[in-house]
Amino acid sequence: MPTITASKQALEKYIGKKLSLEELKDRISMLGTDLESIENDEVNVEIFPDRPDMLSAEGLGRALSSFVGVNTGLKKYELKKSGEKVIIEDSVKNVRPYTACAIVKNLKFDDEKIKQIIQLQEKLHVTYGKNRKRAAIGVYPMEKIKFPIYFRALKPEDIKFVPLESEKEMNGRQILSSHPAGRDYAHLLEGKDKFPIFIDANNEILSMPPIINSHNTGKITEETKEVFIECSGFDFNVLKKTLNIIVTSLADMGGEIYSMELDYGKKEITPDLKPEEMKLDENYVNKLLGLDLSKSDIKKYLERMGFGYDKKVLIPSYRADIMHQCDIAEDIAISYGYENFKEEIPNVSTLAEEDKIEIFKRKVSGILIGFGLLETNTYNLVNEDLVNKNMGLDNELVKVKNPVNIEYNSLRSWMIPSLLKVLQDNRNYDYPQNLFEIGEVFKKGDTETGVEEFTRVGIVKCHNNSNFTEVKQILEGFLQSLGLKYELKEVEHNSFIAGRVGRIIVNDAKVGYIGEIHPKVLVKFGLEMPVAAMELNLSELFKIV
Amino acid sequence: MLKIKKESKELIELDVNGKNYVKNGLPEKRFLEVLKEELSLDEIKEKAKLNKDEIMVSLGHLKKKSAIILGKKLKITDQGKKYLEQESLEEKFLKKLPLEVDKLNDEEKNAFNELKKRKEIIKIDLVKDVFVNLTDLGKKFQNIKIKDNFIEQVNQKLLKTGSWKNKRFRRYDISSFAPKYYQGKRHFVNQALDYVKRIWLDMGFKEMKGNLVGTSFWNFDALFTSQEHSVRDLHDTFFISNPEKGKLPSKELVNNIKKTHEDGWTTGSKGWQYKWNEEEAKKNVLRTHTTILSAQTLVNLKKEDLPAKFFSVGRCFRNESLDWSHLFEFNQTEGIVIDEDANLRNLIGYLKEFFAKMGFPKARFRPAYFPYTEPSMEIDVYHPIHKKWVELGGAGMFRPEVVKPLLGKDIPVLAWGPGIDRIITDAYKILDIRELYKNDIKQLREIKQWMK
Repeated sequence: MPTITASKQALEKYIGKKLSLEELKDRISMLGTDLESIENDEVNVEIFPDRPDMLSAEGLGRALSSFVGVNTGLKKYELKKSGEKVIIEDSVKNVRPYTACAIVKNLKFDDEKIKQIIQLQEKLHVTYGKNRKRAAIGVYPMEKIKFPIYFRALKPEDIKFVPLESEKEMNGRQILSSHPAGRDYAHLLEGKDKFPIFIDANNEILSMPPIINSHNTGKITEETKEVFIECSGFDFNVLKKTLNIIVTSLADMGGEIYSMELDYGKKEITPDLKPEEMKLDENYVNKLLGLDLSKSDIKKYLERMGFGYDKKVLIPSYRADIMHQCDIAEDIAISYGYENFKEEIPNVSTLAEEDKIEIFKRKVSGILIGFGLLETNTYNLVNEDLVNKNMGLDNELVKVKNPVNIEYNSLRSWMIPSLLKVLQDNRNYDYPQNLFEIGEVFKKGDTETGVEEFTRVGIVKCHNNSNFTEVKQILEGFLQSLGLKYELKEVEHNSFIAGRVGRIIVNDAKVGYIGEIHPKVLVKFGLEMPVAAMELNLSELFKIV
Repeated sequence: MLKIKKESKELIELDVNGKNYVKNGLPEKRFLEVLKEELSLDEIKEKAKLNKDEIMVSLGHLKKKSAIILGKKLKITDQGKKYLEQESLEEKFLKKLPLEVDKLNDEEKNAFNELKKRKEIIKIDLVKDVFVNLTDLGKKFQNIKIKDNFIEQVNQKLLKTGSWKNKRFRRYDISSFAPKYYQGKRHFVNQALDYVKRIWLDMGFKEMKGNLVGTSFWNFDALFTSQEHSVRDLHDTFFISNPEKGKLPSKELVNNIKKTHEDGWTTGSKGWQYKWNEEEAKKNVLRTHTTILSAQTLVNLKKEDLPAKFFSVGRCFRNESLDWSHLFEFNQTEGIVIDEDANLRNLIGYLKEFFAKMGFPKARFRPAYFPYTEPSMEIDVYHPIHKKWVELGGAGMFRPEVVKPLLGKDIPVLAWGPGIDRIITDAYKILDIRELYKNDIKQLREIKQWMK
């Protein structure tokens, strides 16, 4: 999740009130943002993905200001007409069909403000803009631009300009292949035969979204007083929201917002800063939160979150997260203060019930501990060689597409290999080492996911005299405790010594294997102690018991 | 009579990565080996089968050795070719293991120091030896047969014949050493999980169970997690490659979920406003949270079952490199309360009670964000020893966009899913979370019983 950095001094200015350090920390935490650190004048705050409007000192300051009760209620942003135009040509339709644009004037940039605007742009790109796929933003100093601006798509070879952080002119393809930003975002234009550009009335290219701005027109400095802003992407509503977040932050810095006319064939005017309205059922809010708030309480709490309330809730134009009235209810809860909710466990009678197979697993564990076995707990994820090659097997496994590393690239198909691995890791310690583990094993099967999961128990006895008889004693005692009789059928199994391995059969069902692990397997694990082992399918036994 | 000498030595052995590297070659060598032609980093990663960390380490290493030229495509230098042919000090060293730390020569020391810095290639085990010798006095006694009339072991014969009656019992030195007797024992993590379960059962909750592999549909879509959400990326969630996709449930349910995502369906929400993709929902994942069970439980609930309370305790997965505070398999405890009259104060009530029973009487709740709950909260508990707040996980009330498609009706559902491994490490005073699944037999034998 994104973390933003803001100067404490700037935040205080936007809040409009000096808070003690403790108070500031507390309010940031209780607003629904996660305070990472405050050091000297630097405040680092993690912003949750539902609140892209707080990705700048201005946005966070605005939210805090109403939250602590200084500037409450719907904040009014004046919108003037610029009379300037952006013409969206048909050629962009199949590449990047939409843009939303605005002009902000009268800016007094300083180093800190430029940092904030760059931070806002970058963080919006990553979060709300889905790494520029959904929305890409460009901010340009106006003094170098001649309106109208055209949003156009051209063959990459025909797009020629000097991109930011470069000295020489490149064409569209060259930018994608050799400019750092080009390489990072090339996938967003993959397979397109035309690339989008913003180009002004002087035929000067401003940028090639969503990749890079031009060096000549695309960099704001402390001298910049007026900026042109465009957001481009695939969903006009998302772009309008993104634009609102930027222009309101710039207005909070002291700028004046001007609208532009977008010519899509039909006319659109952006930005649109009119608050959206939503009906609120006050009973719903009180019931959900377990409170008894009056209409005026609700109004008060809404205003502390920057909303207006007059019959309907007026949602600030920069809020991107209000989908349902439950979202408004949460803001009321935050405003009321999570710390002020009195906990209550309702007197509702329900019957407790432990899952049956879980009870069975617990009993099995109890019985085996009675045999002096130590329970282990290993990962479900294993290396394929552990369960197959090391064991002399070659079974089809359920595999992970993106493992952390190859040691954990498959889901285990049986338990004994994991136990042998534990023995391998503990060769320095005293013997006997007699272990068991109950766990899930995985194989392909006819289920919803195509994976079948079984609960199995693996048992190993490892010491100088461990042998078949020893585990057979456990098998017999164990099944006796469950009231079951069994037979053993001699089988061949590559992991065990031939003639010392049997399949365990209970009520005609094959429920597992028992035997002495073959030395060729032990060698693979670096074990110099004999191991006798068995494995039982508890899912199967559970059906019989 | 005996002289006892204890000696301990530090033994260097191969760790997880080390074993892999001995078999498959060190990452920097594998990196160079595939660099016969000019390749991009991604291609190298693919061809040499290296992970992100290994690529980074190799890059640093090879740059220092001037073995490669960086660029969009990387090139091998002449020095690189030489380096590839020679067996490096590190490789020689790894082949020689195990070695004693104190007995390393200079060359080995260098290799050891380099490898120590890298992730889980080698580890150091402390091996203790005990040497027992007879003292001079002991040797004198060695050949003397001690005859006396004392009884040693009381046995069946002695008791049957009553021959003990006229004899004396030899006195023992009761302070002398008794050899260890190792008991069978429940794994300490399971002891803790059993207790977590008991708490929920005591509060009248019913247990939910389900598979560890699930479709994205249940793990994400049914929980109103947008298909564009970053949690559905490869670097957050483990996807299954074989079998890659599963089946979706009934057409009606799938359709309702699809509509809910796209425009809110009949939930009163605007939805995520994008085009929902059925194929994305079929992708199999290792469950990232036990909340998948809550979704699967809600869909099977009938009106007459309400009010109802469910819990689960179980293993979940996330794509995270192992380190002292991160595991890629972890335990979560889940709870849901489905009740017409349930509210946020009840949620806080249940959670406070749970954490008090876990040994944290002070809990606080902060606003948070999860795609499937609104209101959402983060749970912090006050750590009485460290004297600070510790973040334990999320809770909230399921959004109508989650409840209505599954249950057919929007009813308040309280939900939580805090991780519990951190509480377990804390209770056992374990600093490195990896120890939970390390299965160090000494630790398993000696660890204290969970006393709650």
